[in-house]
Amino acid sequence: MKKLLVTVGAQMPFDRLIRAVDAWAAEHPEHRVLAQVGETDHRPAHTRWTKFLMPDDFDREFDGADAIIGHAGIGTLFAAMQRGKPILVLPRESARRETRNDHQIATARAFEAYSGVIVAWTEDEVAAGLDRLLATDGSTTLGDVASGPLVERIARFVDEA
Amino acid sequence: MLGRRKKVVAISSGGGHWVELLRLRPAFEGHFVVFVTVNEAYRAHVGDAPLRVIRDVTRWDKLGMIETSLQVTRVLVEERPDVIVSTGALPGFFGVLIGKRLGAKTIWVDSLANVEELSMSGQKIGPHADLWLTQWPELARPGGPEFAGNVLGLPG
Repeated sequence: MKKLLVTVGAQMPFDRLIRAVDAWAAEHPEHRVLAQVGETDHRPAHTRWTKFLMPDDFDREFDGADAIIGHAGIGTLFAAMQRGKPILVLPRESARRETRNDHQIATARAFEAYSGVIVAWTEDEVAAGLDRLLATDGSTTLGDVASGPLVERIARFVDEA
Repeated sequence: MLGRRKKVVAISSGGGHWVELLRLRPAFEGHFVVFVTVNEAYRAHVGDAPLRVIRDVTRWDKLGMIETSLQVTRVLVEERPDVIVSTGALPGFFGVLIGKRLGAKTIWVDSLANVEELSMSGQKIGPHADLWLTQWPELARPGGPEFAGNVLGLPG
């Protein structure tokens, strides 16, 4: 039994992802899935769900999950990678009015290079991606804060301001 | 560190913008930081640092833009920061624009999410910032943003 956390962020629902995960969960009752679905009328039938997670609950659910499933938001990717958790993302598409521009497609393309980050480019790829996700142990792990040249550049600027 | 302890206002909207801003904390070490963002619950992320909450807004909400810009003005007039740093989006746009008028040095860091082009806010505000950074080397250009790494803090 694996614990999976699905999160679509706080701003807009993302039923396309929730439906795809729900269909997979119907076939995999041995796993425990919690879906944060946002402000939507769609109710998944095969996963537990909640509309929103407050920051404390969000942190606890992330810490307790074996793997993360999400939209391709930077915050979601960082939250998974800071904890070294494998993550599957489905990017939101502006053409489907899931977001205002296609930055999530670009983000997914950029993060796909890191180990433990799996991208489902369409909802049809979610099930196969989830099977891969469950076979993945961890992800490229980020520290809690940045380091390196960007931090040094800004620190120098602040010191000299 | 050169000179005195500075006051830094670090401002962003929520979600990924906020996560990126938080990851820059080591850059302000030794200085006094005030965080400005759009969600009271984010207070849990900043420890003892002061955090001030303003109204979130998108560019489709003209009335909201006026209110947010007034709130940002108020915060900056009260805080009188030496430096303003933002990772976006609109609240940070106002922070840089108004902060500069008030004599602060300003830093705009375009989001990592803008892989193929600079953000709308970034394109508009970047040229006004004293330090304009992109997190993607292919987006850097003379007269435009500078690339100095990203908030991942990973090699390569």
